[in-house]
Amino acid sequence: MRIKRSMARRAVAALGVLALAGSLAACGDSGGDSASGAKSDKLTGVGPITLATGKDTTGTLNEILAEWNKAHPKQKVTLTELPEDADQQRQQMVQNAQTKSDAYTILNLDVVWTSEFAANGWVEQLPESEFAMDKYLAPVVKTAKYFNKLYAAPYASDGALLYYRTDLLKQAGIAKAPTTWDEMNADCTKVLKLPAGKGMSCYGGQLDKYEGLTVNFSEAVDSAGGEVVGADGKPNVNTPEAKKGLDFLVDGVKDKTIPKDALTWKEEESRRGFESGKVVFLRNWPYCYSLMANKKDAGNKVSGKYGVAPIPGLSGPGKGTLGGHNLAISKFAKNKKTALDFIKWFTSEKNERTWLTKNSQAPVYGSLYDDPALQKQFPYLATLKQSIEKAEPRPAIVNYGDATAAIEEQAYAAISGSKSSAQALKDLQANLTKITSKDK
Amino acid sequence: MTAAVQAPTPPAKAERPVRLDRRRGVGRFAAALLSPTVLVLALVIGYPIVSALRLSFQVTHQGINPTTGMVENTSHVGLANYAGIFSGDSASQFWNAFWNTTTFTVAGVAIETVIGVAMALIMHKAFRGRGIVRASVLVPWAIPTAISGLLWKWIFQSDGIANTVLHTHVLWTTEGFHAWGAVLIADVWKTAPFIGLLALAGLQVIPGEVYEAAKVDGSGAWRTFFRITLPLARPALVVAVLFRMLDALRMFDLPFVLIGAHKHSVETLSTFAWYEASNLRYGTAAAYSTVLFLYIAVVAFVFVKVLGADLIGRGVEGKKK
Repeated sequence: MRIKRSMARRAVAALGVLALAGSLAACGDSGGDSASGAKSDKLTGVGPITLATGKDTTGTLNEILAEWNKAHPKQKVTLTELPEDADQQRQQMVQNAQTKSDAYTILNLDVVWTSEFAANGWVEQLPESEFAMDKYLAPVVKTAKYFNKLYAAPYASDGALLYYRTDLLKQAGIAKAPTTWDEMNADCTKVLKLPAGKGMSCYGGQLDKYEGLTVNFSEAVDSAGGEVVGADGKPNVNTPEAKKGLDFLVDGVKDKTIPKDALTWKEEESRRGFESGKVVFLRNWPYCYSLMANKKDAGNKVSGKYGVAPIPGLSGPGKGTLGGHNLAISKFAKNKKTALDFIKWFTSEKNERTWLTKNSQAPVYGSLYDDPALQKQFPYLATLKQSIEKAEPRPAIVNYGDATAAIEEQAYAAISGSKSSAQALKDLQANLTKITSKDK
Repeated sequence: MTAAVQAPTPPAKAERPVRLDRRRGVGRFAAALLSPTVLVLALVIGYPIVSALRLSFQVTHQGINPTTGMVENTSHVGLANYAGIFSGDSASQFWNAFWNTTTFTVAGVAIETVIGVAMALIMHKAFRGRGIVRASVLVPWAIPTAISGLLWKWIFQSDGIANTVLHTHVLWTTEGFHAWGAVLIADVWKTAPFIGLLALAGLQVIPGEVYEAAKVDGSGAWRTFFRITLPLARPALVVAVLFRMLDALRMFDLPFVLIGAHKHSVETLSTFAWYEASNLRYGTAAAYSTVLFLYIAVVAFVFVKVLGADLIGRGVEGKKK
């Protein structure tokens, strides 16, 4: 008993000391916690740096880094691999910033994180003069800016494509892909009358309750002439245009032109749905293009029977949602001069070409989309360029995590029929206003 | 220990202090040996708990400077994070998560106990291939939860096996009661074997003579089960159920992987706290985690006091009579 008691006492004492130390340490750093105090340092310092990015499964990244390291032995760049999952990548980068660690020099940011990282003062502002701004696709630059200042270098882009069944459209006597929702539904009605179209639905997208729904919802709203968040940064979804956009999805699910299954679809599920012949039209990213060509895939019925077009809209071609990644420099890192040099080199046209040919990653330079040799290798390039040029970034909101959750919440309620689209948009407007308002 | 010291008979009066000293020396030595362990435990368990508690009282207000667009945080110490549980935007979400956590635990553990005991009874029977049955029953328990979540996701997807077998077209992974049911089924599948294993251990210590005596007295199968098997296996079963309850209360990965991150029908306190933390509201996340921690502690305490200690105590006493 005596031993136990004294041990317990000691444990408590140790805990107390630790707690005290912890709270003292916390008091010490809370003063500098607010981001306003962090001034923009000049991009100086030469030496080794790190690149924090998600997993690269192709090995292309290592090849490119090796090339840099060979030419710059004193300014070596080391790869810091983050988890594959985007949420976890963001979390690690946020943690790195909050502990003001210099472990990551260059951050590979998803385009929707730019506002959050810039507003919190976690990344450096970049000089626009150092980059060939006129060579980039215009919407790509938008994703790298916050409050009209450049915080990241465009690195990879991504845009929506409408995949369609060329064989079925041909059988139905349709010469070209539809450009409006009405056209698409009319074409689909013709296809479903064919014997080959029996049991099919018209259109599929990514409508499960996750980030993909935010993308699909914003796309529908933008394509109907509405906007989720206006140029002034204020949400603007309680409008007739936004309702028309949301109703395209809601009505589609109701009258079964969108299969009910699509409520469980993410990128891959929707691709399988299209490949197994469940839908005539599918909205998805370019990465599917080469995968769908794979004849060995058992459930793949569409190999060689599909084409791509820009996504349709209410009264003409629609507006896609921009995906992609940008590179930013962590505010707390060392050797920022090297980091800037590296980013410039890494996102050069030459390297972007390598990424495209080896990894089919959508480049940020307009010229690469027009290159005939590349177009031959990737037949979707011209369409993708159109798509990206018309595309809108997702709402630039500092608390993007909350915003996307609110959008998912209301859009999902509407398309699954538990709320009217008018009510959902009204609620969404209220939620987003709260999230974007100054004091939360 | 004091009783043991006093026990020696008086004659050895001169020896007593010496023994005591030796004991004290041994005690100090033991304490010295254990102190690194205690220190490590304090560091890796004590500190995070205390730190989380401290964090949960830190209230942060965020504002965005309209001219620069920069975030400006102000924080003070207060009870607002806890008050948010009862009022404000997140109150309904919190109580939804609390309700889900509780219903998962109550329904899940109840079903698992019934199935687990049934499994144990089967495994306890002597029959050919008993080893294989015992091993195979434990396979679900051996699979990591995230992986089994993935397996069940394939089963419950729109064109999955569940719909094919049941001839239905239920979209299990969408919002609704069916999503809750899907998580429950997957959880029962995974953890009933755990209760089965511990119950089996309880069954194996029951001496065969008890059953023989019951047989001689003409006791039927049900009577034997409720009057002999269950009371005698109870200590092991109580431990199993307690472990499962503590586990179920902090359920995270199964609903997260199987149904998805933002689905309210299956959101638990753990996933809710995770969501708050991933949106940089560490104060509220810590507050919710603390509430969960207290909830688990209370459940464990009540369970041990009411079901564990007292009932078994009475059972043993009853047997003595």
